[in-house]
Amino acid sequence: MAKVYIPLDMAAVAMGADKLVAAVAQEAAARGENIEIVRNGSRGMLWLEPLIEVETPAGRVGYGPAKVKDVASLFDAGFLAGGAHALNIGIVDEHPWMKKQNRVTFVRCGVIDPLSVAEYEAHDGFKGLKRAFEVGPAAVVEEVAKSGLRGRGGAGFPTGIKWKTVADCPPGEKYVVVNADEGDSGTFADRMIMEGDPLSLIEGMLICGYAVGASKGYVYLRSEYPIVAKVFQAAIETARESGWLGKNIKGSGFDFDVELRIGAGAYVCGEETSLLESLEGKRGIVRAKPPLPAHVGLFGKPTVINNVLSMATIPMIMEKGAKHYADLGVGRSRGTMPLQIAGNVKYGGLFETDFGIPLGVVVNEIAGGTRSGRPVRAVQVGGPLGAYVPVSLFDLPIDYEAFAAKDSLIGHGGLVVFDDTVDMSWMARFGMEFCAIESCGKCTPCRLGSTRGVETIDKIRDGLNVDANIELLKDLCHTMRFGSLCALGGFAPYPVESALRHFPEDFRKPALEAAE
Amino acid sequence: MTLIKEIDYGTPESKSEKLVTLTIDGKSVTVPEGTSIMRAAMEIGTEIPKLCATDSIQAFGSCRLCVIEIEGRNGTPASCTTPVAPGISVKTQTPRLAAIRRGVMELYISDHPLDCLTCAANGDCELQDMAGAVGLRDVRYGYDGANHVFARNSGEANFNWKPKDESNPYFSYDPSKCIVCNRCVRACEEVQGTFALTISGRGFDSRVSPGMDEAFMESECVSCGACVQACPTATLIEKSVVAMGQPEHSEVTTCAYCGVGCTFKAEMRGEEVVRMVPWKEGKANHGHSCIKGRFAYGYAHHGDRILNPMIRESINEPWRVVSWDEAISFAADRLKAAQEKYGKNSVGVITSSRCTNEESYLVQKLARQGFRNNNTDTCARVCHSPTGYGLSQAFGTSAGTQDFDSVDDADVILVMGANPTDAHPVFGSRMKKRLREGAKLIVIDPRRIDLVKSPHIKADYHLPLKPGANVAMITALAHVIVTENLANLDFVKSRCDWDEYQDWAEFVALPKNSPEALESVLGVPAADIRNAARLYATGGNAAIYYGLGVTEHAQGSTTVMGIANLAMATGNLGRRGVGVNPLRGQNNVQGSCDMGSFPHELPGYRHISNDAARLAFEKDWGVSLDPEPGLRIPNMFDAAIEGAFKGLYVQGEDILQSDPDTSHVSRALANMDIVIVQDLFLVETANYAHVFLPGATFLEKDGTFTNAERRIQRVTKVMSPKNGYADWQVTQLLANKLGLNWNYTNASQIMDEIARLTPSFAGVSFKRLEEVGSLQWPVNADSPDGMPIMHINGFARGKGKFVITEYVPTDEKVGPRFPLLLTTGRILSQYNVGAQTRRTENTQWHPEDVLEIHPHDAEDRGVRDGDWVKIASRAGETTLRAKITDRVAPGVVYTTFHHPTTQANVVTTDNSDWATNCPEYKVTAVQVSTTNGPTDWQHQYREQTEQSRRIASAIDAAE
Repeated sequence: MAKVYIPLDMAAVAMGADKLVAAVAQEAAARGENIEIVRNGSRGMLWLEPLIEVETPAGRVGYGPAKVKDVASLFDAGFLAGGAHALNIGIVDEHPWMKKQNRVTFVRCGVIDPLSVAEYEAHDGFKGLKRAFEVGPAAVVEEVAKSGLRGRGGAGFPTGIKWKTVADCPPGEKYVVVNADEGDSGTFADRMIMEGDPLSLIEGMLICGYAVGASKGYVYLRSEYPIVAKVFQAAIETARESGWLGKNIKGSGFDFDVELRIGAGAYVCGEETSLLESLEGKRGIVRAKPPLPAHVGLFGKPTVINNVLSMATIPMIMEKGAKHYADLGVGRSRGTMPLQIAGNVKYGGLFETDFGIPLGVVVNEIAGGTRSGRPVRAVQVGGPLGAYVPVSLFDLPIDYEAFAAKDSLIGHGGLVVFDDTVDMSWMARFGMEFCAIESCGKCTPCRLGSTRGVETIDKIRDGLNVDANIELLKDLCHTMRFGSLCALGGFAPYPVESALRHFPEDFRKPALEAAE
Repeated sequence: MTLIKEIDYGTPESKSEKLVTLTIDGKSVTVPEGTSIMRAAMEIGTEIPKLCATDSIQAFGSCRLCVIEIEGRNGTPASCTTPVAPGISVKTQTPRLAAIRRGVMELYISDHPLDCLTCAANGDCELQDMAGAVGLRDVRYGYDGANHVFARNSGEANFNWKPKDESNPYFSYDPSKCIVCNRCVRACEEVQGTFALTISGRGFDSRVSPGMDEAFMESECVSCGACVQACPTATLIEKSVVAMGQPEHSEVTTCAYCGVGCTFKAEMRGEEVVRMVPWKEGKANHGHSCIKGRFAYGYAHHGDRILNPMIRESINEPWRVVSWDEAISFAADRLKAAQEKYGKNSVGVITSSRCTNEESYLVQKLARQGFRNNNTDTCARVCHSPTGYGLSQAFGTSAGTQDFDSVDDADVILVMGANPTDAHPVFGSRMKKRLREGAKLIVIDPRRIDLVKSPHIKADYHLPLKPGANVAMITALAHVIVTENLANLDFVKSRCDWDEYQDWAEFVALPKNSPEALESVLGVPAADIRNAARLYATGGNAAIYYGLGVTEHAQGSTTVMGIANLAMATGNLGRRGVGVNPLRGQNNVQGSCDMGSFPHELPGYRHISNDAARLAFEKDWGVSLDPEPGLRIPNMFDAAIEGAFKGLYVQGEDILQSDPDTSHVSRALANMDIVIVQDLFLVETANYAHVFLPGATFLEKDGTFTNAERRIQRVTKVMSPKNGYADWQVTQLLANKLGLNWNYTNASQIMDEIARLTPSFAGVSFKRLEEVGSLQWPVNADSPDGMPIMHINGFARGKGKFVITEYVPTDEKVGPRFPLLLTTGRILSQYNVGAQTRRTENTQWHPEDVLEIHPHDAEDRGVRDGDWVKIASRAGETTLRAKITDRVAPGVVYTTFHHPTTQANVVTTDNSDWATNCPEYKVTAVQVSTTNGPTDWQHQYREQTEQSRRIASAIDAAE
């Protein structure tokens, strides 16, 4: 029986994967072909979605992007045996996009049936947890610390220190919370791993709960990810049925369960403290720190709150050891970063690589430049609050510290590429507008500043008192950056200031036009 | 005289005992660990700019004005949310901080009206102060952008703008001035615990919203004023300030409503009260208030107030306005005549729980020294006399064992027959705060009071017993504690009489006292009683709070002793967080009892037959005193109906409305030759009076009140008495007309005499009170600073006394004619008989008394919500509107007694506590039926009231 993989991933579904499944099944039945269709995760080559894969003795052969209209010709070409076809991309693992990567967190994503515990285990799943049970909680915390793993949500805080803080709190109720409120524009890694390898996240949470002494975990998921909600909920149930969640897990004496909670559409609830407020059923507004969530977190109890990627990387760290992970990367940025390449690019998708790769290599070589074919002008790295990086800084390595030194950030690893037709004052305005729409309204700089920022940029774009208003805008950015309570207001100036710094000419166009 | 400005430290005090030393702007400061940097700075007089921080609520960190720099740390953290750390060096002023602060203020002012000069908060606005403090000189954003300020922007409707909400009679809400600091929302949550306010919208749209964008009056707001007090701008502001302007001086005084005893700053303009603001230093209220104390003082200026003395020959005549001298002479002559004709015991006095200690003291002194009898009683007779009796028996003192602050250390709170959120709201808020922190709660009450379930509060056990079954409940709880070996025998052996304990334990352990055996009597599942008893006995510090639902029963004193038994058996006495705490009804009910108002006791609870005590008074007063106790209030009435009791001087109590069985009381009064009523208004009792002496409000006199935690606090005169005299002066006029030659020139001299003659008050004086704020008696050589927690090392009486509490069902039983049980209580916005609160805007919250009835009982009788219903008992009948609710259990109906038109006490009977005659208000067998309107009795009463309130000479005087 031939095994056919068609992703359940949202990007693939958006491109017609569900219809494709129906068409392939129908065609196979009509032709009397005995096939099994597996809904896998995406391999991350989004320009190839929906990517059909078939298992052959040589490996999995891919065909993409496949449409319903291609189904008959695929069967005609004998694709079930890896036959030649215009859409044939060869052995998927041999594809240059895949070959150039170092898949650590995403090693199983797209490969296995996301909801099969057997396949998960067959691909080294739960090995990390088993080892954790062997070495004991303190050693797990130590291992995570040694790995150098830093929070992949954006702040890059050392995960081991966070865990240790919670582990060191007196025993009692503690929680593990996973932040799956992936709201940055141009990011999709959390979604992909939760759709493609949800059990790795569950295993990460189990290891974390075991290490810090928590028996309950929550996953806070944004409402815009309906497929994740379905897949992840099914994964929780599968894990429970197979004894990987619940009481006395696999005879370890350790109890742990996971609950999925869906947000209500506020970007700011991706900020960890407002996420906790929202999880408690309150308005999603930011809490002042201290106290840290590690001390006073969910329902006032010590809480580890980690991003999906951080948590999903834990099983591998425990399986292969801290050193294996720490040996990758540069400087204080250890391990790998799943980059999400989007915007005006030829090849968009998920690309996991060791820290240290230069930004220009990613944009020009991996992503293949712009889709429009025009020259690249800027890349926004780190979501809507990330700085715009000009081509002149393309030798910047993907490294937290290197980016920070240039008033930029890596954030959650999203890259949005723009060509030379972009109006950077408009993009600056978008940064402020985004902040105005998403501000929780608690602190003054963000609540009022973002709206005033939009208005001031509008005045600049209209050519009104440009010098004075640019001065005012800079002052406002200073107030927001140093005065805001959380990163939303604090980082909203990054796109604005970087646009002003690197593309000053875009803020004086109307004035020039007016002068002409 | 100046306006008292309290220091706002920005964040609450840290209770840590560990000290931390740090440097702020080069100055070293040592503060408790956990203190915010903002507060530490304020301790050394460095005021860091702030808007969202105030020390009554937790730090929030939203305004971002209070940013600071810490050497060696990144960024500019907020000083309100950043705790001190050892050795850190903080800078509060740097160019970077100045730029951030100015930037923030520039943003604030870009969305705020620029009407400072005409704004009601002008001169008392923190936004204004901060704009000055940060040196804001320019708002470069202009005023043409998005805003909440203007109803229209360039002719277009501005959907961000919202109109003023004037729905609350006491304060207004102007959303255009809101700076979204959340102080009101947080005060509503943290201080008051009502959770009525929130922020609607997010980001720029954020705005304070009562409920779901409701008007204040339609929301869950209880008008405590905490939000108004917390507001740094004119967004939430007292309408009185809007109308009158800012006050220019203030005086600290004590509220004249309930027994919590909140202290307030009376903020004045000349002799006019601009507003009453709760005083932060007040040990009973810590800067919080309720709708009554905060706002309902308008009765002092109400047109109904009688300001001139009046007399009449008989109660059928209209009143005649006369001079003080004529009124006092008339009163004195009649009293003398009555005594001459009917004997010295034919006259008596009733002291007031609303007047000051000094006034109560003088009124009982008038009876003892002037009438030469002990016919003095007080309204405590009808409320907490069983507390006095029961706690004296058990512990040896007749008062609560704790201060209010003790609740902060309670792990289990047992509330029985009390409704703190309505009747003692400021303490109720304290209790709720502790409950939100995790303390467990047991409520024993027939009715589902708010504490049983309200936002973020849920009772662990609600035991909705049948009215009248209190003793059975207490004994059943004791049964579980004893039979499940949960008693603290170490405590009992060392602190109590062991033999008495054993007798008691044997009694409560009898099978007939088990929760299972008593299930049908109580109407409460036995398992709940068992679990509640276990929780009380084993849950850590357990404190009992009780009210009139305990005392106003045929076995009120028995229940009080039963409560004391529970506390002793479990060792819950003599330290913080535990104790037996009667919640006193009126502002000075504790004080009036302390002052010797009862017929059998001299001031300080010394029996009149105690020769040594009596001798001290005889020596001081220069007369010999009758060693026999005098008449209690019900005895006075009985004697009056028999014709043996002919004269009564009632100060500040409306016995006709507040005492049970109204028709019995009215017959007694009608039978007297001289009834002297001293009050603010022509109260119901005045219908039967011959002399009306106008009283003074608490704003118009000096003295002291003693609250439910035995705390003696000053009442300060802030305006001249409109009637001409403080109440103690009026009593002195009468005393001197009776030949007593009193020479008090101020109230402090009276307190000096009290201190001289009363051991537990020995160290009390006005001077001392002004120095320390307040004192909790006993204040004497043993405890010169008073005693917040009593019985720490031993009980006042020596060994604690266990008394066997045999349950005897009340005679007031349901039957075919009267199948329902009526129980009575209070509501937040009204106070007692309502004489004061009905003459304020508080009536908007509670315009009439209603009868709460369970849907089943209502359906049986064809009663719909809002219908007029007649409620009839063996004693009488009245009508009121029905409110259908499941807060009461089937078989139980409930009403309040705030309105004279309802006269709930027409229905209540003359049953009373076996020990103290405290009336059984809480249990009356009644029937409820639909009706078309008021009863004949109500019509007659209204006519009679109109007749008896005619004032003849007032018309002449006006002409």
